[in-house]
Amino acid sequence: MIHSLFLINNAGDIFLEKHWKSVISRSVCDYFFEAQDKAGEPDNVSPVIRTPHHYLINIYREKIFFVSVIQTEVPPLFVIEFLHRVAEMFQDYFGECSEVAIKDNVVIVYELLEEMLDNGFPLATESNILKELIKPPTILRSMVNTITGSSNVGETLPTGQLSTIPWRRAGVKYTNNEAYFDVVEEIDAILDKSGTTVFAEIQGVIDACVKLSGMPDLTLSFMNPRLLDDVSFHPCVRFKRWESERVLSFIPPDGNFRLMSYHVNAQNLVAIPVYVRQNINFFETGSSGRVDITVGPKQTMGKTVENVIVTIHMPKVVLSANLTATQGTYTYDPVTKILVWDIGKLNQQKLPNLKGSLSLQSGAPKPEENPSLNIDLKIQQLAISGLKVNRLDMYVEKYKPFKGVKYVTKAGKFQVLTVPSHV
Amino acid sequence: MTAMQKLLQLPVNAVNIVKTVQGVAQGQEEARSPVLTPDSGQQNWYSAVQPEELRHLRTASTTGGGGGEGGGEWGEDRGTLEEGLSSAQTQPLRHDDLKEMLDSNKDSLKLEAMKRIVAMIARGKNASDLFPAVVKNVACKNIEVKKLVYVYLVRYAEEQQDLALLSISTFQRGLKDPNQLIRASALRVLSSIRVTIIVPIMMLAIKEAASDMSPYVRKTAAHAIPKLYSLDPEQKDQLIEVIEKLLADKTTLVAGSVVMAFEEVCPERIDLIHKNYRKLCNLLIDVEEWGQVVIINMLTRYARTQFLNPNINESLLEEGGEKAFYGSDDDDDDDDDDDDEEKKAEAAALAKRKPYVMDPDHRLLLRNTKPLLQSRNAAVVMAVAQLYFHLAPKAEVGVIAKALVRLMRSHSEVQYVVLQNVATMTIKRRGMFEPYLKSFYIRSTDPTQIKILKLEVLTNLANETNISTILREFQTYIKSMDKDFVAATIQAIGRCATNIGEVRDTCLNGLVQLLSNRDELVVAESVVVIKKLLQMQPEQHSDIIKHMAKLTDNIQVPMARASILWLIGEYCEHVPKIAPDVLRKMAKTFTNEEDIVKLQIINLAAKLYLTNSKQTKLLTQYVLNLAKYDQNYDIRDRARFIRQLIVPTDKSGALSKYAKKLFLALKPAPVLESPFKDRDHFQLGSLSHLLNAKAGGYQELPDWPESAPDPSVRNVEVPEWTKCTSRKERKEKKVEKPFYSDSEGESGPTESADSESDSGSGSQSGSEESGSGSESEESEEESESEEEEEEEEDEEEERAKKKKKVDKSKPKKPESAESDQSSGEEQKRIRKGGKDRRSGTESESEDESESESSESESESEEESESDTDIKKKKKTAASKPPPKQTKKESKKETKEMSLLDLDDFEPTPSPQVTPVNSFLSNSLVTDLEGLSLTDTVLAPTTIAPSSSVRLYELLHRITGEGLAVEYCFSRQPFSPDPHMVAVQIQFTNNTTSEAKSLHIEEPKLQSGMRIKEFPEIEVLPAGESVNVVMGIDFCDSTQAANFQLCTHIRKFFVSIQPPVGELMTPAFLTENEFKKEQETLLHGQLMGMNEISEKLTLGEKCQSEHVIVERVTSTANLSRVPCGSDKESRFAGKTVSSGSLVLVTVTRKDGAGALLTVNCEKMVIGTMLVKDILQALTQ
Repeated sequence: MIHSLFLINNAGDIFLEKHWKSVISRSVCDYFFEAQDKAGEPDNVSPVIRTPHHYLINIYREKIFFVSVIQTEVPPLFVIEFLHRVAEMFQDYFGECSEVAIKDNVVIVYELLEEMLDNGFPLATESNILKELIKPPTILRSMVNTITGSSNVGETLPTGQLSTIPWRRAGVKYTNNEAYFDVVEEIDAILDKSGTTVFAEIQGVIDACVKLSGMPDLTLSFMNPRLLDDVSFHPCVRFKRWESERVLSFIPPDGNFRLMSYHVNAQNLVAIPVYVRQNINFFETGSSGRVDITVGPKQTMGKTVENVIVTIHMPKVVLSANLTATQGTYTYDPVTKILVWDIGKLNQQKLPNLKGSLSLQSGAPKPEENPSLNIDLKIQQLAISGLKVNRLDMYVEKYKPFKGVKYVTKAGKFQVLTVPSHV
Repeated sequence: MTAMQKLLQLPVNAVNIVKTVQGVAQGQEEARSPVLTPDSGQQNWYSAVQPEELRHLRTASTTGGGGGEGGGEWGEDRGTLEEGLSSAQTQPLRHDDLKEMLDSNKDSLKLEAMKRIVAMIARGKNASDLFPAVVKNVACKNIEVKKLVYVYLVRYAEEQQDLALLSISTFQRGLKDPNQLIRASALRVLSSIRVTIIVPIMMLAIKEAASDMSPYVRKTAAHAIPKLYSLDPEQKDQLIEVIEKLLADKTTLVAGSVVMAFEEVCPERIDLIHKNYRKLCNLLIDVEEWGQVVIINMLTRYARTQFLNPNINESLLEEGGEKAFYGSDDDDDDDDDDDDEEKKAEAAALAKRKPYVMDPDHRLLLRNTKPLLQSRNAAVVMAVAQLYFHLAPKAEVGVIAKALVRLMRSHSEVQYVVLQNVATMTIKRRGMFEPYLKSFYIRSTDPTQIKILKLEVLTNLANETNISTILREFQTYIKSMDKDFVAATIQAIGRCATNIGEVRDTCLNGLVQLLSNRDELVVAESVVVIKKLLQMQPEQHSDIIKHMAKLTDNIQVPMARASILWLIGEYCEHVPKIAPDVLRKMAKTFTNEEDIVKLQIINLAAKLYLTNSKQTKLLTQYVLNLAKYDQNYDIRDRARFIRQLIVPTDKSGALSKYAKKLFLALKPAPVLESPFKDRDHFQLGSLSHLLNAKAGGYQELPDWPESAPDPSVRNVEVPEWTKCTSRKERKEKKVEKPFYSDSEGESGPTESADSESDSGSGSQSGSEESGSGSESEESEEESESEEEEEEEEDEEEERAKKKKKVDKSKPKKPESAESDQSSGEEQKRIRKGGKDRRSGTESESEDESESESSESESESEEESESDTDIKKKKKTAASKPPPKQTKKESKKETKEMSLLDLDDFEPTPSPQVTPVNSFLSNSLVTDLEGLSLTDTVLAPTTIAPSSSVRLYELLHRITGEGLAVEYCFSRQPFSPDPHMVAVQIQFTNNTTSEAKSLHIEEPKLQSGMRIKEFPEIEVLPAGESVNVVMGIDFCDSTQAANFQLCTHIRKFFVSIQPPVGELMTPAFLTENEFKKEQETLLHGQLMGMNEISEKLTLGEKCQSEHVIVERVTSTANLSRVPCGSDKESRFAGKTVSSGSLVLVTVTRKDGAGALLTVNCEKMVIGTMLVKDILQALTQ
């Protein structure tokens, strides 16, 4: 399956290589560099690159290319999914998945990679098992290690590997038993100039942070589970139970994990929390343009809309912007041509407005397209779909845990077109 | 260890190698010593990295990044040496350093060295000259050093085969380790060493590991198979045998890995799957994610060879119809029509044959994979999606759409792959993605490659109902800044126009509007597409052609210019006036045009010459002359060829007659079709599908068979008691059960996992069965347990009846022989009691029979005080709330039953009272004076074994492979040896076959402990139970007695651990005796050491004297001692082995308070007893 892995930074340095079978020369990466040159943007590098003898399957995460070398047929998603798991594991271990972190912890990284694949086939990919085998570095431990020469390899044998619930390690103990669940919903929407919804849907996830002793068996139920249209679960969730009763029943992994992600499909029901009135015009004469944007709260269920940011990718000919914002600050980067207006909290009484002129490259024809607006926002204590957790019950263990549920709504891919959708 | 060290010290040649390598290193070092840097002495690993990193930066800047590093390790090393940077110079020195560190005795130094070496490997540096120094540490005690040595070994073993061999024996030893994890890790490293010489060793190790008890080791064996195969393909046949064996494994842990091995070694041996097919389907949901992917992909192929096409009847006809719909508008795809007709005929023929019925196994696969669409792992979802696409009936395929659309929210790489597959699917099954049309709308933030794929999907989804929406969407795309994307959009519009006749004109008009776009690329792309569209209906669109002719003045993109020229040439009859004029303009600029345009100018000239030679003859000559001297060979060639063809000369011959036909033949319009058409002959989700070319090792997806192969090959012979559970039932149970009951060893995935992990860390015996292997059996047990109980009861009754007869006729030889002291009277009583029990109904309470027996006893003896006492006892028994009683009974029913027919099977245990009496008589002898008869009368009433004889499990039916063994402490003296505790063992054979020669072997005992085995049971018929009694001398300790329980085929490790209360027998003392003994104990050699007192609060239900007595006697095998005060209860007993006295006093205080006092010489026993009684009383 996976033959070798190369980690490459943006500058084109191969800063780590690992082979699970015989060694493949790093010159194989030249094909990758070639493809990278052709693609321009890192996003546009094809995830699968064909070379005369190998196939390179790569992902781009946190400014690092994870390039794996494949020799024979394998489902590409299998490799891609695995590479993302590797990146997540680094994130989990070092707090960030960056070149510096990987270089600083190169031995741990190597030990991890050794355990995650055997002969190119995934062996242990559950963070709980790996943490039993290889302890994550902490400042304290690395200090102790340097002084005493003790190791970060676990002394105990990883019994979790033998279990069929590999996601939970045995013998977990906490003095404070807590379970937190974050219901995070993102609105994906495309609105046209008139404010009509072209497309809207809600994607949600429930992220959990469970710190409970022993082997608790949890049951999470919703007030309105029928809202959920499509779901995917962490392997710990018992699917049959969901099918029959619409409750989430699971023995949780220890620590942070994503319990489920879901999709709310209710085209008409999606409440759009903000409205945007905008006018962006370019004039043929005088090589200038005008911007006038107002943002206001719409269906917010009485909650405050926070962290509102408007981002506009301006056409290439826009040289600079001379605007005034009644609230928040704006920046225009003439290199990337991105206008960012950071508004902050939305105020019902005084609607924030951004107004002013743009100066264009003289002589150039006026841009044909009208840029669209990307909106970021956040609403605390509200799941925009109306999803509500009913209760959380714990079985098997005797103690009383502290339970908490938090709701957040965010903008996902929230786009406002500056043209009416009906041309 | 020593052997290993010897082995390691032997390397005569290794030492030489070390020396030579060192020599080289030193040579370098000497040469460069003037510039030695102090960093060689740095101990801290993290700072040691520093210069390396800097070097990286430097090389990056000097070589200009890019592929600057790509020259292989040696080349690079040399390169850095030549650069003369400090770090490179210290490299050989550091190696020397490292060797020193590796040779040191300190683990910390070794670790440090290994860390540096691994970091070098990670960077792609060559560290192979350290091999001898590193390999010595393979047997290092420090786990981390060991692990890092493994990393090194696996990396360089291939290069240094001879030296690598030195490490082999370490792993061979590891393979025999009692710990499964060590065995597994040894096999893992051993099999990763790519040295051909050890192939036989690997083969042996794999074979052995494949039949290991631990599923984890077996999993590792499965992983090792492809490694060995790649090392030596000659071993294939032997490896297939191992694969076959592992495929039969029932654990989820092994399933994924062995299928992976199967796919790499022998994917063509589909016959190996037959017997395991159903099991794999059923295990699937519990297999880890990566294994699921592999299994699903394999099963897709399997199903294609074994089942019939579920769409055999309808789909072909329907699909034909669909295609005909497109075909009706444009007569261009003649080939397709032919195909369709063929297919139709074929389908009709097939339809005649017989109605399609899906194989239940086919259905099983579809049903069991469906829940996995909800997996968080994109690869699993994709695997299920492709399975449904390739195998499911058309009506059911729709379920995958939602899941695939969900994946599009994931990382862009995932999106990319999913969209590729969706694009292929939408061609065959457009309907299923139609509801999700909007999910494929393109956002300005999408990467270009994603945009283009989405566009592809949108185009495939377009039909006459949604085309207007899609076109409107396309219009917004055309305004995008991303020009590649715009070009793709125009192509897409062109394809929509060709596919859907209704919108052709609209599209054409739209495209024509684009011709006035400011962006040349857009215009050019439009021209190309318009050209294609016009070819379909040129007559109606001469104005468009005219419009395009005008564009030649402005458009510079060669492809577009060429397209316009071709159009004008082709349809010059529709634009007779403009065409010559265009040629005139082109002739002027001919020399400056691109080759592709020049060729079209020649074409145009030729066509015009043929149709309108009057106006264009000279122009054509001119163009041809220009072309004749062109630099491009093709153009000169073409010019010569055309001249010969169109200008009739004497030499030109017959061809020129046909020139007009040749040039102005009606040309079929090009078919604009998706690049994803027909890609589905590759298995979806595969690399080959993505590349649209066969990748190495790709297994073709076979076509459906004409007629179904024999389905009975998948039948598996299952032992009776594991049969008859449908998957569905099992699943439900599995999910339901663990939540509401805490019973151990339950079937749910999680519960079984618990038990497994336990056994994994503890003993190995239990780990054999795990995962759903046990589930199937277990659930079975659940469903049958009730029935069984009933059956048991029936059987029991019958048996009881039979035995009654036997009893009467059979003289009880052994019993009478062994119990000399027992009086005939007592014998009678016991037999009577036994009869009573046997004839009594099941629901008869123990209490009742107890009191009855005591009654009979009391009748035979004196009746002074005893009467009142019995009455009291009876009263309490009667006053007990009846519901509680029945509850208790129903719980114990089965247990009691097994106890009741004890004496019928086993001659050895003599009735309880016999030795009691012997003991009694002893005490009588010693303490003649203070004896009052009343006390002895009282004794039997209290010593009758309390109702709660607990049953312990010795061997679960699952672990015992159908043989269940339970035991209890019968509290009856073990007559062959009075120092032993009698343990009654009940065997139940749950299998369908006889169990033979059940006996005990190899007891592993603590020193001093002894076992008196029960006589071997020769045959235990299926479904039968048998009771035997064995004796164990526990030496008055609660240590477990370990031994092996053997059948004729298997051995099971079992252990019996006695509760402290079972280590004693009742002793009968008078009140005075009791006090005296207590006194002597208290004031014996160690004052106060022999008394333990504990205050306690009695449990709610435990306030009355009767309950206290009951609780205490059930906890410990003690007899009650009469007592004057009703606040106090006294009990006495002696330890079985050493005969030390155990005295217990419970003094009740006001309310629920009480004081428990235990006097015993054996302190450990005393403390443990206090604990147990305390627990019993406070509950």
